[in-house]
Amino acid sequence: MATHSVAEDCEQLRKAFAGWGTNEGLIISILAHRSSAQIKLIRETYAQTYGEDLLKDLDKELSSDFERVVVLWALDPAERDAFLANEATKRWTSSNQVLVEITCTRTSDQLLLAKQAYHARFKRSLEEDVAYRSSGDFRKLLVPLASTYRYEGDEVNMTLAKSEAKILHEKISEKAYNHEDVIRILSTRGKAQINATLNHYKNEFGNDINKDLKTDPKDEFLAVLRATVKCLTRPEKYFEKVLRLAINKRGTDEGALTRVVTTRAEIDMKIIKEEYHKRNSVTLDHAIGKDTTGDYEKMLLALICHGDA
Amino acid sequence: MAERKKTTILVIGGKKLNKEGEKIMTSPEECEALRKAFSGTHGVEEKSMLEILVKCNPADLTTFRKKSPYIFLDDECCFEKWDPFHMKSLEIEFLRFQRAVIQQTMHPWERDALLVRKSLEEKPPLYNLLIELACTRTSDEFLGARKAFQCLYSESVEEFVAVRVEGFQRRLLVALVSTYRYEGMRIDEAAIELECQKLGRAIKTDKKNEIENDDEVLRILTTRSKHYLKTIHKCYKKNYDSNLDEDLDDIQMLRDTVNCLCAPPIYFSKILVAAMSVCPTEQEKEALTRVIVTRTDVDMKDIAEEFNRKFGAPLIERIEATALGNYRDFLVALVKRGMAN
Repeated sequence: MATHSVAEDCEQLRKAFAGWGTNEGLIISILAHRSSAQIKLIRETYAQTYGEDLLKDLDKELSSDFERVVVLWALDPAERDAFLANEATKRWTSSNQVLVEITCTRTSDQLLLAKQAYHARFKRSLEEDVAYRSSGDFRKLLVPLASTYRYEGDEVNMTLAKSEAKILHEKISEKAYNHEDVIRILSTRGKAQINATLNHYKNEFGNDINKDLKTDPKDEFLAVLRATVKCLTRPEKYFEKVLRLAINKRGTDEGALTRVVTTRAEIDMKIIKEEYHKRNSVTLDHAIGKDTTGDYEKMLLALICHGDA
Repeated sequence: MAERKKTTILVIGGKKLNKEGEKIMTSPEECEALRKAFSGTHGVEEKSMLEILVKCNPADLTTFRKKSPYIFLDDECCFEKWDPFHMKSLEIEFLRFQRAVIQQTMHPWERDALLVRKSLEEKPPLYNLLIELACTRTSDEFLGARKAFQCLYSESVEEFVAVRVEGFQRRLLVALVSTYRYEGMRIDEAAIELECQKLGRAIKTDKKNEIENDDEVLRILTTRSKHYLKTIHKCYKKNYDSNLDEDLDDIQMLRDTVNCLCAPPIYFSKILVAAMSVCPTEQEKEALTRVIVTRTDVDMKDIAEEFNRKFGAPLIERIEATALGNYRDFLVALVKRGMAN
């Protein structure tokens, strides 16, 4: 992208803040249509030109859900993940799911970059905060999930898949959900291997592993285990569900909606939209349009079309 | 015919004769030197071989063989046979310099990845080696080793380790190889005080297996930054008037973890003392190469000081007394360079 356009973008953004109100439309039209690499350049140029951090200006000028979606979008993906993970460690319950989401749907290198961004911003490691803020079985699962640097190759060992499917089935049948081997398999094996193991599980034992993990719908640990499995094997289905629950919820869970849209817009939003349409008979655009309003809605809609030709 | 004395002083002249009337080229002193050259525990004395062995005529060699009962067996056959055990050891000793050179030239990531693999493939497994690798390297150095491991073996370090150990060992070792610690200097003083007390309470009151099962002890040691842990170490000393690592003496793995994270020179000097002790195992001997090669450019000066304190003699002196030949010279040169850093 020519430097000329970056300078133009900066100028336009600056103009959007100028005067009494804020030109939200202008902000959306620029930022929603730039990649994270381009936004990085814009931020650098903006700082050089005006001596201020674009994010701080956005924070000052915007508010509420719209601000959050714009600021999260303008963050570099690694910084965004670090920020969201840190936020999650400070809360409790549903935060487990966010931590599972971030640690299991990202590639090994994306998670690594997030951890480096976490060091830079918070002067601590992600692992220390996750460990400190969790306990018992949750700690036993979440800390390894946050620490692992999974092998990303495609090769799969079928003998291993068979033996580990057997182990999982055994432990689940004994209701030993927190057994160290369950944790070991889910938190150290590469995604290709886990997929092979769980396919074998289904073929050999009849059920999807998540079905067998649904024995107690109120058990929070089982919910986290199921989320782990889903994030590792079918992230687009996981995200579809998060979006569906966020939208259908009375009042809408903007936090979840914003999080999924900003973190997946550049990754797999197209597939998630297809999944959503398949599952809900309406498009995601339609659902968001119905459930949200104003600039927040406009930004979300622009972002979910981000990658589209 | 006048009987010549067997014992002669110099070789030059070559007019001496042994008991059998055969010409002798080498003196008893040289025989002894040659014997030493072949019998080292750390390397071989190439110089002796080049200078003395080449002068030996068949008569000298026969004498040498007969006079070296630890190297040649003179009983069963009608000739002095090489002791196969000694021959095997000699092969290893000849290779010691070669292996040092290869380790020295290898990319640190590849080297550490190979060592990780070795640590759990050896029988018995070398847990302290794994702890050493995970804890004495910086976060990014060990991350590099993890990437190299994946390139070399098509699996992650954590998968490899997790499947080979269980229980407490798995909890500790997998956490140590997985964690990506913050490497900065920022610490939370209040949190340190609290965590120091947590450790103190656990260590001073609980039994060994309770400490091993203590989630908080594990959390603190496997996730906190090195600077944080060094500060806890100081705090612990202040509060309890004893050293955290010494108080964990019962649980060797935790003790090694604390030393590797807080004071690597203490850990490394211990390894060096063992490597050059009277009867070291092959694992212990290999550690001599590893420590010198990997720490020359990191903290060799501190390790040498600690070694001197622990052993009572300078490190270089000890290496010169224990190792032979090129291997010895290689190590000494590296230590000298490390100490000048």
